[in-house]
Amino acid sequence: MSALTDDTLPVTPRAMRDEMLMFAAMAVLLGVVPLTGIYPFFVMQALCFALLACAFNLLIGYGGLLSFGHAMFLGTAGYCSAHALKVWGVTPELGIVIGTAGAAALSVVTGFISIRRQGIYFAMITLALSQLLYFIYLQAPFTHGEDGIQGIPQGYLFGIFNLSKPTVLYYVVLAGFLGGFLLIYRTINSPFGEVLKAIRENEPRAISLGYKTDQYKLLAFILSGTIAGFAGSLKVFVAQNASLTDVHWTMSGEIVLMTLVGGLGTVFGPVVGAFVIIAMQQYLAGFGQWVTVIQGVIFVACVLTFRRGIIGEIAHYFRRSL
Amino acid sequence: MQALYAQLLVGLINGSFYALLSLGLAVIFGMLNIINFAHGALYMMGAFCAYFLLNIAGIGYWPALIIAPIAVGIFGMILERTMLQWLAGLDHLYGLLLTFGLALIIQGVFQNYFGSSGLPYAIPSELQGGMNLGFMFLPIYRGWVVVFSLVVCLATWFLIEKTRLGANLRAATENPTLVRAFGINVPRMITLTYGLGVGLAALAGVLSAPINQVRPLMGADLIIVVFAVVVIGGMGSIMGSIITGFALGVIEGLTKYFYPEASNTVVFVLMVLVLLLKPAGLTGRAA
Repeated sequence: MSALTDDTLPVTPRAMRDEMLMFAAMAVLLGVVPLTGIYPFFVMQALCFALLACAFNLLIGYGGLLSFGHAMFLGTAGYCSAHALKVWGVTPELGIVIGTAGAAALSVVTGFISIRRQGIYFAMITLALSQLLYFIYLQAPFTHGEDGIQGIPQGYLFGIFNLSKPTVLYYVVLAGFLGGFLLIYRTINSPFGEVLKAIRENEPRAISLGYKTDQYKLLAFILSGTIAGFAGSLKVFVAQNASLTDVHWTMSGEIVLMTLVGGLGTVFGPVVGAFVIIAMQQYLAGFGQWVTVIQGVIFVACVLTFRRGIIGEIAHYFRRSL
Repeated sequence: MQALYAQLLVGLINGSFYALLSLGLAVIFGMLNIINFAHGALYMMGAFCAYFLLNIAGIGYWPALIIAPIAVGIFGMILERTMLQWLAGLDHLYGLLLTFGLALIIQGVFQNYFGSSGLPYAIPSELQGGMNLGFMFLPIYRGWVVVFSLVVCLATWFLIEKTRLGANLRAATENPTLVRAFGINVPRMITLTYGLGVGLAALAGVLSAPINQVRPLMGADLIIVVFAVVVIGGMGSIMGSIITGFALGVIEGLTKYFYPEASNTVVFVLMVLVLLLKPAGLTGRAA
């Protein structure tokens, strides 16, 4: 597993300060977006995917576990939230809770199954499980199959914030993103996160030191799946639909791509990667299938020449940990 | 009963494809330590290669059965020489990511030119028609696919487990440095192994062209099922891959008859059961 982390730097007060400064800069930058006239829906969508990619990165970057099925949490949370909001008519906050809880429950089950194997098998198992779920959602009546759940009401969050106003919705999504990001950041720098990194570097040694590595991996998987689900629930309010594309393996591939482009195992990389990939999809939407080809080319180019990703390369250049 | 036998036959055919593909994945993983995500795309290229040979050059099924695997195999060897070989020594995950990218590129290019609909490929005249076996009607082509796949699988098993070349190959899997010291060109062997695995996938593609039509995404969903097959059987043994492939095909066929709603998912459900009951996989040697 060493190749993933050939230049991990120890956590120093300076690194913490750098990361705090970066976080503040990111929060301010994202906070002023509605004042700049940038299309807010683009940024909101990117924020949901950024949180999703951060959750994915928690597993691969700090636990060494490549999940090729993270779309299942996005899609499951989306379907749960959408169904609760539209059919049961619950309030938005309850809708988010139900969606996140759905993804959490799924991550307990799938995590229990998939951590039974390591490395490459883990990736194949998560992919197969998400495909299993795809077929279930394809046939289940409540998902409305190919049509998906559409026209989801946005409502008032906590009875005050009118989510059908783009600016209000934007700040709600931003708050959700920043909250999720800080939770992941806290996890990475906690004793739990240190044990995860130890498992990534050398699992047999972590076991010999007395750590029950399976429990740590399962907990990381559940945390990652739950946060991914939270991002999926937020996305329901932005897109106002829940559809099969969110559960498909191509979506899992995009999540992997975002994280790879930004930098596996970097704190801010997934965020940058998500914005890059979502922007690319927006601008190249007219090229049809060529977008898939370009994504493939980026995958190949990243793996062959650019394995650290954007943030990883910058951090390496300045000898900092970002 | 007729319908049951028909579904069993369909299951055997799918099982042949699972066996050929998981066999190739296992051989490649053994030598390159890479899970070849592009395997489904290369299977599709095999089918398209047969289609092009017929419609552009007028070359029929029988030559295509030999030409397509060789052509796609050479394409695979070029991929190995130009890209995959640089990943030696890196984490397994990078191989998966690189080949995933390759699969996106190959499938995307074909989708651009051929859309998502299927192109027909006729059954060769020698294999048209069917036989009445008394208890069921057997279309000759389908019987041919099952028998021929089985022969190819067993030949591959023989090549790797029983010949001198295979012995070198297995030795290089265990300890490449030592085998190189004996004067065996291991990098060339790795390239040829990748070509062999890819060629098997392309062969499966040619075999499936008359049955499943030729589509750019024909391999995309198949490869995920094959991954589940590989998780169930483990990649430690060649014979294990063959048996698991055929067995899962048959089970899928039976499911189509008894409970069609679950036929898409049965292999994945079995994978979950195997992981819960026997986490190391059926052959028990997997990591």
